[in-house]
Amino acid sequence: MLNVQTNELQQGATKLGGALNPHKVAAKDVSVYYGEKRALFDVTVNIPDRGVMAFIGPSGCGKSTFLRCINRMNDTIPICRVTGKITIEDEDIYDPSLDVVQLRARVGMVFQKPNPFPKSIYENVAYGPRIHGLAGSKAELDHIVETSLQRAALWKEVKDRLNDPGTGLSGGQQQRLCIARAVAVSPEVILMDEPCSALDPIATAKVEELIDELKQNFCIIIVTHSMQQAARVSQRTAFFHLGVLVEEGATNDIFTNPNDQRTQDYITGRFG
Amino acid sequence: MSTSLLFLIVIALGIVGWFLGNWRARASVGGKTSALHSRPGYYGAYVLLWTTLPAVFLIIVWNVLSPIAVSSLVTAKLPENIQNGPEQARALTMSTVRMIENGLSKLSPEDLDKTADPATDVKALLMSKGAPLAVTPEPFAVDAARYQLTLKNSSQLLLTLSSIGLAALGLAFALFQVSPKLRSRNAVETVALAGLLGCSMVAILTTLGIVLSMLFESIHFFSIVPIQNFLFGTVWDPRFSSAGSGSGGGGEFGLLPLLWGTLYISIVALLVAVPVGLFSAVYMSEYASRGVRMTAKPLLEILAGIPTIVYGFFALITFGPLLRDLGAHVGLSISATSVLTAGLIMGVMLIPFVSSLSDDIINAVPQSLREGSYGLGATQSETIKRVILPAALPGIVGAILLAASRAIGETMIVVLAAGIAPNLTLNPFEPVTTITVKIVSQLTGDLEFNSPQTLVAFALGLTLFVFTLALNIYALYIVRKYREQYE
Repeated sequence: MLNVQTNELQQGATKLGGALNPHKVAAKDVSVYYGEKRALFDVTVNIPDRGVMAFIGPSGCGKSTFLRCINRMNDTIPICRVTGKITIEDEDIYDPSLDVVQLRARVGMVFQKPNPFPKSIYENVAYGPRIHGLAGSKAELDHIVETSLQRAALWKEVKDRLNDPGTGLSGGQQQRLCIARAVAVSPEVILMDEPCSALDPIATAKVEELIDELKQNFCIIIVTHSMQQAARVSQRTAFFHLGVLVEEGATNDIFTNPNDQRTQDYITGRFG
Repeated sequence: MSTSLLFLIVIALGIVGWFLGNWRARASVGGKTSALHSRPGYYGAYVLLWTTLPAVFLIIVWNVLSPIAVSSLVTAKLPENIQNGPEQARALTMSTVRMIENGLSKLSPEDLDKTADPATDVKALLMSKGAPLAVTPEPFAVDAARYQLTLKNSSQLLLTLSSIGLAALGLAFALFQVSPKLRSRNAVETVALAGLLGCSMVAILTTLGIVLSMLFESIHFFSIVPIQNFLFGTVWDPRFSSAGSGSGGGGEFGLLPLLWGTLYISIVALLVAVPVGLFSAVYMSEYASRGVRMTAKPLLEILAGIPTIVYGFFALITFGPLLRDLGAHVGLSISATSVLTAGLIMGVMLIPFVSSLSDDIINAVPQSLREGSYGLGATQSETIKRVILPAALPGIVGAILLAASRAIGETMIVVLAAGIAPNLTLNPFEPVTTITVKIVSQLTGDLEFNSPQTLVAFALGLTLFVFTLALNIYALYIVRKYREQYE
């Protein structure tokens, strides 16, 4: 009931605010099944552009599953089935006429563990632009690589060794390289699946700083186990529990004044 | 008492020792096993090892040394003229003595006493007991045989007493040592470790032995035929070794035609096996559904289980003639045994080898790399071409090198399908021959082991060994380097 009200309020706000804060991604009644098992129950949520949305919740609550619906990464799992509707800028991403490959170019993803390709730093960043033919010439490609690395706050550290293997960087640098790789294809939405869980606190701080920068140009959705991280980087937060979206709202409200008892229990550390 | 029975007794004593040690360890702490240094079973094993190991060692050493000692003692008893005579005569006498002794051991004690009298017809007596002799034994031989029998019997009795005594002594000694403080687990594990080390030494020492024997025989060969004639000669024409000539008989032992044949066939085989194997691995690991993979992969691996001789006669009887007839249709003259026949069939043999190894290597590429690539909007084929194959490349190269070393060492297919003519030819439709084929043909039939015609097999074997060893080492180096990348 409360969810519905918030959603209605938001939709109203969108109509009023118009271009200022439009909904980038909208999900309606999304459910996910792994074979017979249902992992996600009728999730409905709207995600604004130019901001950070955090999904929090205990392990196995469905937050990563939902995240992977947004770029249809779940398609790679044969037994997985998705129902409901997800739109990006009012375009249904599960429409059969839409090519999943094009979708994934629009929706970038950063994974839990840094996964640079066993290629040079340059080749890692140039991978996406090459595939999608974004650069007409070598100079253009160089430019894309440089700006992407700058946006990922990695340029200064690697500009003299672009031909070294990406796997030789430190964990935090590798993760920023993966972010640069995602940014290089100029996506509209960037999904981050616990991007800092394999990093030490200093590297985490750098990545968080980077997320803060990136939100001015992208719609960022981040799944995190750390409530502090959600509080630090996000403007809106959604709390998942047992496959249900329990509560969604401005991060401040969720952490200081949650509506649902379960949210209250989780953020005060009674379970999770 | 026979040696095998002795072994059984010692082992039985050891088992008794196990129970005693176990019991004594428990008793020493009043059943409170936590007060023991090791678990009670280790005390049992400790006593068992002390009981059996020294006794078994004694039995083995005794069985090696005692026949040598007995035979030298008996030889000393033989008449002077035989002792100082030619070696063959001595060996002949000793074998007669052994035969008589074998017959004597079947006699009853009274009959045995009778043989001491030179008047007794030993041959008839032994015949009546079912031990016929080929010759009528001379009296000194019968005496020697009786002496040998006595020596053997007393040796065996001594061994029985001393080994059982040693086992009992070991048992008592170990049992006496059993106390809560005894570090029995460490002692038992040291023995186990020595056993494991021994097993690994067997493989290493065998390899070393084989290499050394090949090396020495090759050196022997190179003392007859100059090494440069072997390595750089372009004509292989060993002739037949004529008995007594010993000088090589003017044969020519040029390695190059054989080496060329080996490499040519291997290259043809790899041209078949590498693309087919690699693409089937890509299909199996990246595209095939679970069901297809579960059925197709074992089926593919059955190919690897077919003995190569079967491939060989398939090539000889079916494939070679088929190829020849096909060639005749389009106006090519293809010999039934040719580079093409052997190479294609060997390629088929290598397919499961390449595909199975490559499949494992492709599967070892982390799933996160695939997801990373899909997440950037790459299609499956782009992901395979640009991420997975480059990441798996060193491993795949390793797999190909291993396949190549198999192709070079492969024997049965080429023996049947490649022909025996040592041709230096570029024409794949002509027969060639390989190093392995020539080793087989040089070592088949009546042989004189000192002629270069036979010894060349060792030099060929050494060449082959060096080739495959170098390929294997290089392949393992590459595979290892690749593994480190993802750990």
